Amino acid sequence: MISREEVERTAALAHLTLTDQELEKMTGELASILDAVSSLQEVDTSAVVPTNHAVPLENVMRRDEQKPGLSRDEAVANGPDVVQSFFRVPRIMEEE
Amino acid sequence: MKLHTLEAWSLRDLIRDGSVTSTDIVESFLDQIRARDAEIGAYITVCGEQALEAAKHSDERRREGRTLSDWDGIPAAIKDNISVKGVANTCGSHMLAQYHAPYDAHVVSLLKQAGMPILGKTNMDEFAMGSSTEFSALKTTRNPWDRQKVPGGSSGGSAAAVASHQAPWALGSDTGGSVREPAAFCGLVGIKPTYGRVSRRGLVAFASSLDQIGMLTHSVRDGAALLQLLAGHDELDSTSVRREVPSYESVLGAGASGLRVGLLGGASQQGLQPEIHEALEQAACFLADQGAEIQEHAFPLLDKAIETYYLVATAEASSNLARYDGVRYGLRVEGSDTGEMFRRTRSEGFGPEVKRRIMLGTYALSAGYYEAYYRKAQQVRTMIRDGFLELFEKVDVLLGPTTAASAFGFGEKPDPLQMYLTDIYTVPANLAGLPAIHVPVGLDHGGLPIGLQITASPFAETNALRSAAVLETFARNRGWNR
Amino acid sequence: MIIGLEIHAELSTRSKIFCSCSTAFGGEPNSRCCPVCLGLPGALPLLNETAVEYGILAGLALNCTISVESKFDRKNYFYPDLPKAYQISQYDQPLCRDGWVEFELEQELLHAGVTRVHLEEEAGKSIHSGDNILGSDYSSIDYNRAGIPLIEIVTEPDLRSPAQAKAFLEQLKRTLQYIDVSDCKMEEGSLRCDANISLRPQGGRAFGTKVEIKNLNSFRAVERALDHEVQRQRNVLETGAAVVQDTRAWNEAKGVTVSMRSKEESHDYRYFPEPDLPPLAVNQVWVEELRQSLPEMPLPKRNRIMEQYGLGRYASDFLANSAIWADFFECAAKQYGNYKVLCNWLMGDVSRVLNARQEELPQSRLTPAALVELLRLVDDEIISGSQAKDVLEEVCATGRSSKQVTADLGMEQISDEDELTAMVEEVLAAHPEQAQRCREGEERLVGYFVGQVMKLSRGQANPKRVNALLRQKLQQ
Ligand SMILES: [Zn+2]
Repeated sequence: MISREEVERTAALAHLTLTDQELEKMTGELASILDAVSSLQEVDTSAVVPTNHAVPLENVMRRDEQKPGLSRDEAVANGPDVVQSFFRVPRIMEEE
Repeated sequence: MKLHTLEAWSLRDLIRDGSVTSTDIVESFLDQIRARDAEIGAYITVCGEQALEAAKHSDERRREGRTLSDWDGIPAAIKDNISVKGVANTCGSHMLAQYHAPYDAHVVSLLKQAGMPILGKTNMDEFAMGSSTEFSALKTTRNPWDRQKVPGGSSGGSAAAVASHQAPWALGSDTGGSVREPAAFCGLVGIKPTYGRVSRRGLVAFASSLDQIGMLTHSVRDGAALLQLLAGHDELDSTSVRREVPSYESVLGAGASGLRVGLLGGASQQGLQPEIHEALEQAACFLADQGAEIQEHAFPLLDKAIETYYLVATAEASSNLARYDGVRYGLRVEGSDTGEMFRRTRSEGFGPEVKRRIMLGTYALSAGYYEAYYRKAQQVRTMIRDGFLELFEKVDVLLGPTTAASAFGFGEKPDPLQMYLTDIYTVPANLAGLPAIHVPVGLDHGGLPIGLQITASPFAETNALRSAAVLETFARNRGWNR
Repeated sequence: MIIGLEIHAELSTRSKIFCSCSTAFGGEPNSRCCPVCLGLPGALPLLNETAVEYGILAGLALNCTISVESKFDRKNYFYPDLPKAYQISQYDQPLCRDGWVEFELEQELLHAGVTRVHLEEEAGKSIHSGDNILGSDYSSIDYNRAGIPLIEIVTEPDLRSPAQAKAFLEQLKRTLQYIDVSDCKMEEGSLRCDANISLRPQGGRAFGTKVEIKNLNSFRAVERALDHEVQRQRNVLETGAAVVQDTRAWNEAKGVTVSMRSKEESHDYRYFPEPDLPPLAVNQVWVEELRQSLPEMPLPKRNRIMEQYGLGRYASDFLANSAIWADFFECAAKQYGNYKVLCNWLMGDVSRVLNARQEELPQSRLTPAALVELLRLVDDEIISGSQAKDVLEEVCATGRSSKQVTADLGMEQISDEDELTAMVEEVLAAHPEQAQRCREGEERLVGYFVGQVMKLSRGQANPKRVNALLRQKLQQ
């Protein structure tokens, strides 16, 4: 069963902030969903290869050619905070 | 003449004879939008001026004898998660309410190249996550058959637009039934092509390995025509398939003779609304009368489909929706540092259902759970796909329900799990990448549309369309009249 | 001590790995972007074939096995320079694996294993308003760099000293430059290195905790940072404390490593197969084709040059350090047999002139043929060695042939017998007294007369010929 701490940890990974109330509700909902999906454990998949793609394809590639993309103005047109065509963000506290 | 009530095929005939112009047609739909949409709420953005401009160009081309295609001048509506250059692409979310796409989706380029005006962008569940369009953060869409009912989802706006004659046809997207379920609730034909048949480029990703653009139309032949326009290889979508596109229109009259039809029976029919169950039995009889060979089968691992689907879809979604961080586009809620800005933006920008799915998907991929959840689901997915491929050695198409019941009322499914179960008959086609078509066959006792689903093997849209055309005859015989 | 390296090298393709935007360095911010590399909603990646080939070539040059099947995965993490909030990378099925690199340190041949080489995409660039990331009120993001193809090379923990790490990295850079898949400019960030280091306490059997050092932006930094870190860990161990697992950044200016851990949260990248990209199947034919196209590698080339041309180790190292210089030498050596002289010119004056001109050999106007022509002019005593240096500068500046330059500068030595004889006679006639003393055996006066002839000819007379003619005349 998923714990409140695990829900908190998951929210941190997803960069979501949940209020205490939301956390409570989310824990309950995830618990019941996870309970439902646990029925998959009944299926014997020991020799089964996972499906990563619905249609099997391989080696889909293009030639190394340059083509025009967006203009600089188009590229930053949707930016919420653009200064001299840079996207500006507040102080970066976390290191990658 | 009420142009807006006609199917696209009839509009095409009229425009061809010269009895109407594209401008007449577009104006007729824009009038209808003005008259009806306040009540229905199908559109998020109406592109009236651009559509009229495009219609004017189309009429010029026609006068000069240089039309771009058979469908030059016939307009269409587009779901608001398919990019149209210069037009808002909200995905039904506060997150993207201000975002304007700087490029055309591949399918939109194809429509434009065919000379088709775009009427506007339609409402949807936020980021296509939902089965009722109730999860749109921007507006409510009502079912044109009964305004107390939901239009289905997530392509609820597209379905409602076509059903209320505010567009002759529309594009939607189908990740777990998001075209077929609203088609069922609104009495339309809904097509989900084989994964890879239609380019996804420009469709805002929900679950990349399941998403496919589909069509909502009044008739099977309209659906076939729209699919014909959009199917084909896109060299810029790595999952688009390089494979010849057959003629879809030419198979519509082929009938059922010799067709091997798998009737989904037994457990596959549990909990069906009696009228849908009855229609299914009758349709099987009709097909048999028309010369089809009917065998009874079950959906492979149907009792595991929803579980598999919700793990795969949410895992992919958690990654696809991570890019909404307030840096390059969309909503930003300021914070004292970048991490706080990210968290505030995402917490305020996403609605509860989107957050729930991001949380589930993040959890399913996280260290220690990946094997048990995500990988397990992808393995079961293989078994489901293999099960279908095995079935399609015995039959050409599968006949079954699309939904267990007709449209439900607003707020009727407050529990997420209950809502997820609405998709039980539609998600298998997405998991296995199969083409599937919903065909309306009548009304239930409450006057709401019901219909059936045809599923075919990968790239056998021809079989599905051929069968769908027979079902359409069946429906007409039962008195179905759109 | 054991050290392992993780190296990122940008591949020198023309376009990015998943879109057709330019990979050129610099440019106006966000001017080399498209929906794909900006991570716009609905954009889809399409793999650059040349990036795959460069990855395979790198794998082959590092003696790796090329995976028959490999795939792409998403590495999920949030960072403002990462447009999609995931990096397309390769997780459990890298393109290449199980290779090794041979390199030398103080003439000792060493060997380090390469665990894997995989393809991934570069992130954008953050520019901070203050002196450093934490002191800035805001940062500015430019995505021009986002999507440039990278290879990540992970070594086995086979390196035993900071000096070895540096020598390994130099050899790796040389190798990647040899096969021309990366320009490996550490100063532009197209080659970057992180190091893992752990110490084994004296007398202990097990190695201590691993510490990762990031931000090693030059060869010097690799050695200095590791030296510093070894000392730091030794100091910690001497106090009886334990080294904690950590990620530290090298601060070049202060010469210290600083812990980067701002949060206790460990990373959980939630890797999963990239649904937008089908897997790669690299067949044997393709690999063999690429293997055939590989040039000779640095160490074998060095050894062959030593043997084939009879050059010393230092000179051979100099030549083999760059395939371009070695090729230049070998091309010239086909037309010029005195290899030592040829090599000395390359190491000495040619390097000096190019440095002064701030040119690289490929951009220079100097060709192997021009250099050979120059050396022949010296050998044939048409110009002197010191004149040749001036000619070389002129050739590099103008691209004219060595002969042409010699003629234009009026440098040709006068070796014509009649002309020289006339000058010798003139000088002897002008100084009869000294000529007489010289005939009587005053040997040192020969030099005096040679000087006079050189003066008369404005330095152009061939001194050897003049000497011979003088002796001949004086004996008559
Ligand atoms: Zn790009």
